[in-house]
Amino acid sequence: MAILVFVESAEGKIKKTSIEAVSYAHAMGGGVTAIALGSVDKAELENLGKYGAQKVLHVADERLNQGLIQAYASVLSKAFKDENADILVLANSSLGTPVAAKVAIQAGASLATNVVELPNTSSGFVVKKSIYTGKAFSLVELSNAKKVIAIRKNAAEIKEVGSPASVTPYSVTLSDADFSTKITATEKATGEILLPEANIVVSGGRGMKGPEHWGILEDLAKSLHAATGCSKPVSDLGWRPHHEHVGQTGVKVAPQLYIAIGISGAIQHLAGVNSSKYIVVINKDPEAPFFKAADYGIVGDAFDVVPKLTEAIKALK
Amino acid sequence: MKILVCISHVPDTTSKINFVENNTKFDSNGVQFIIGPYDDYALARAIELKEASGATVTVLNVGLADTEPTIRKALAIGADDAIRVNAEPVDSLFVASQIAEHTKGVGYDLILMGRESIDFNSGVVHSLVGELLGMPSISPVMKLDIVGSAAKLSREIEGGKESLELNLPFVAGCQEPIAEWKIPNMRGIMSARTKPLKVVEASAVSSGVKLQKYELPPAKGSVKMISADNVQELVSLLKNEAKVI
Ligand SMILES: Cc1cc2nc3c(=O)[nH]c(=O)nc-3n(C[C@H](O)[C@H](O)[C@H](O)COP(=O)(O)OP(=O)(O)OC[C@H]3O[C@@H](n4cnc5c(N)ncnc54)[C@H](O)[C@@H]3O)c2cc1C
Ligand SMILES: Nc1ncnc2c1ncn2[C@@H]1O[C@H](COP(=O)(O)O)[C@@H](O)[C@H]1O
Repeated sequence: MAILVFVESAEGKIKKTSIEAVSYAHAMGGGVTAIALGSVDKAELENLGKYGAQKVLHVADERLNQGLIQAYASVLSKAFKDENADILVLANSSLGTPVAAKVAIQAGASLATNVVELPNTSSGFVVKKSIYTGKAFSLVELSNAKKVIAIRKNAAEIKEVGSPASVTPYSVTLSDADFSTKITATEKATGEILLPEANIVVSGGRGMKGPEHWGILEDLAKSLHAATGCSKPVSDLGWRPHHEHVGQTGVKVAPQLYIAIGISGAIQHLAGVNSSKYIVVINKDPEAPFFKAADYGIVGDAFDVVPKLTEAIKALK
Repeated sequence: MKILVCISHVPDTTSKINFVENNTKFDSNGVQFIIGPYDDYALARAIELKEASGATVTVLNVGLADTEPTIRKALAIGADDAIRVNAEPVDSLFVASQIAEHTKGVGYDLILMGRESIDFNSGVVHSLVGELLGMPSISPVMKLDIVGSAAKLSREIEGGKESLELNLPFVAGCQEPIAEWKIPNMRGIMSARTKPLKVVEASAVSSGVKLQKYELPPAKGSVKMISADNVQELVSLLKNEAKVI
C-alpha cells in the first residue's frame, strides 16, 4: 500500500495537523511519501522522516506560498498518479478539505472527510467520520481502489519512529486556470496559538460582560499556552473576532482541555466542543447546562475565580 | 443573473440524534427539520443580490418528498422556483453529482451553498460540484460582492481571513456574516404555494462510499465539582488526574 500525505505549512513551518497526518499514514502501514508545496524550511521537510515519511517531495514554486486551492489540487492529483499511491491522507482544513474533494474527483477516488481514527481494514476499508456536528459518528466503507482521507485533529498520535528523510524536488507544470482565483490579501492573527490547532482552549461567553474584561481570560490562556475562543453572542456583539467563535456555526475544536468561562452551554455551543478530551466549566449559575457536559466544574464568579486560577497555574510552572 | 442555491433539509440544531434499524437509519421521530443554517445564509445573500440587481433565484434540494415543506420555506423567503431531485442524499459525491447533472447547460452565474450541512458535515459538496462543473469553488465565504462579471470575496481561514477575486461563474459555500437570515412574511408564504417546484429523477451514481452503521459517542461520566475557594485542587486534578497541563 502506497500512501501520499499532503503536508501544509505556514511561514516555512510544517503544521502540527499535517504531522498528525504523517503519523496517521505511518500507523496505517505501507510506504509513506509526504509532499509539501511552496517555501518550507529544509530541516522541517527532512524532519517528516522522523514521523514516518520515507520520502519527501517538495514543490518549491513560490507562487504556491499562497494556498491556491486549484493549483494545489493540480499538483496533488499529479503526484497521486506519479507516485502510484493508493491513498491520499491530509488534514481537514480550509485548504486541505477542498483540495481533498478536487483530487478525489480527478483521481476517481472514494472520499471521506472528518475522519476521527485509523481505518479498520479487517474486512474492506472502513473509516469512522464525525457527523451531526460531533453528536454522532458514521462508519463508512471506501470501496474504490483509490481513496482520499481527510482527518480531524487527534485522529492519530504524533510519534517519532524514524530518522530524517531526504528531500526530492518535484515539479508540476501549472496552467493559467490554476491561478484564475486571486488571493489579494491575507489577514492572519500572528504569534498567537491558532484555535483549531490548540491543545488547550480558554473560551469566554456572555457572562464575561464585555470585551474590556477579556484581559483575565488572555492571562489565563497565556499561562497555559492556550488559544482563546468565545461563544456566538460574544462574536456577534463584536467583543471578539468571528474566527474565535466556537460551536455549531463556528469553529469545531478538539483540544486536550477546553475551559469554558461564563458560557451557559447551549446545545449549539456544545456541538463545537464535544470532541474535547477534558472540559472545565466556570459559571456562577449551578444550574448552567454546561456542567452536564463537563469533567470538572467550579460554581463561582469568573472575575474572582479566573485570576486565582491563573496565579495557581503560574505557581506550578 | 441566474443564481442557484442548494439547500439541505436537516434536523433542527437542538435535535437529539438517535438511530433506528440497527443503527443504519436516522430516527426522525419527533425531529423538526429546517433549511441548513449555513444554506440559509446562502439563500439570504442570493435574495439580497436579487433585490439589488434583479437576479433570478432557483433553489435545489436532493431529497425525498418529505423535504418539500423545507423547499417551500425557501420559496417563501424569496426564491423564484425550485427543483427537487428525487433521491435520498446518501453521500456527498452522490449529492454533488445530482446537483452538477441538473445544473449543466442551464447557465447559472453563481451557485451558492452553505459551508457545510449539519447532518453529514462533510463540507465538500460545493468543492465537488465546482470540480464536476469545471468552476472554481470557494468556502467558507463571509462576504460576497459582485461587480459586473467579477466577484470580490472574503473567506475564513485558520485564525483569520483571505480576500479573493475571481470571475463568474463559480460556486461558494457561505457562512455568517455574509447576510442576515431572512424570515418569510405572510405574503411570501402565500405566494410560495404557487411557485413552480419541479421534481426530477436522480441519475445513477456510484460514489465508492457505503454506510455500514451509525454510532453515538460514549456517555459522559459525571462532573467533579470543585469549590471556588480551592482552585488549587482544580490545578492538581488537571495535572495529576487528567494530565493535560
Ligand atoms: C442555529 C443556531 C446556531 C447557533 N450556533 C452557535 C454556535 O456556533 N456557538 C455558540 O456559542 N452559540 C450558538 N448559538 C447560540 C446558542 O443557542 C446560545 O444562545 C449561546 O451559545 C449562548 O452564549 P453564552 O453562553 O455566551 O451566553 P448566555 O446563554 O447568556 O450565558 C451566559 C452565562 O454566563 C454565566 N455568567 C454570568 N455572569 C457570570 C460571572 N460573573 N461569572 C461566571 N459566569 C457568569 C451565566 O450564568 C450564563 O450561564 C446558535 C443558535 C442557533 C439558533
Ligand atoms: N441534499 C442536498 N441537497 C441540496 N444541497 C445540499 C444537500 N446536501 C448538502 N447540500 C449543500 O452542500 C453544502 C455542503 O454540504 P456538505 O458537504 O454535506 O457539508 C450544504 O451547505 C448545502 O448547501
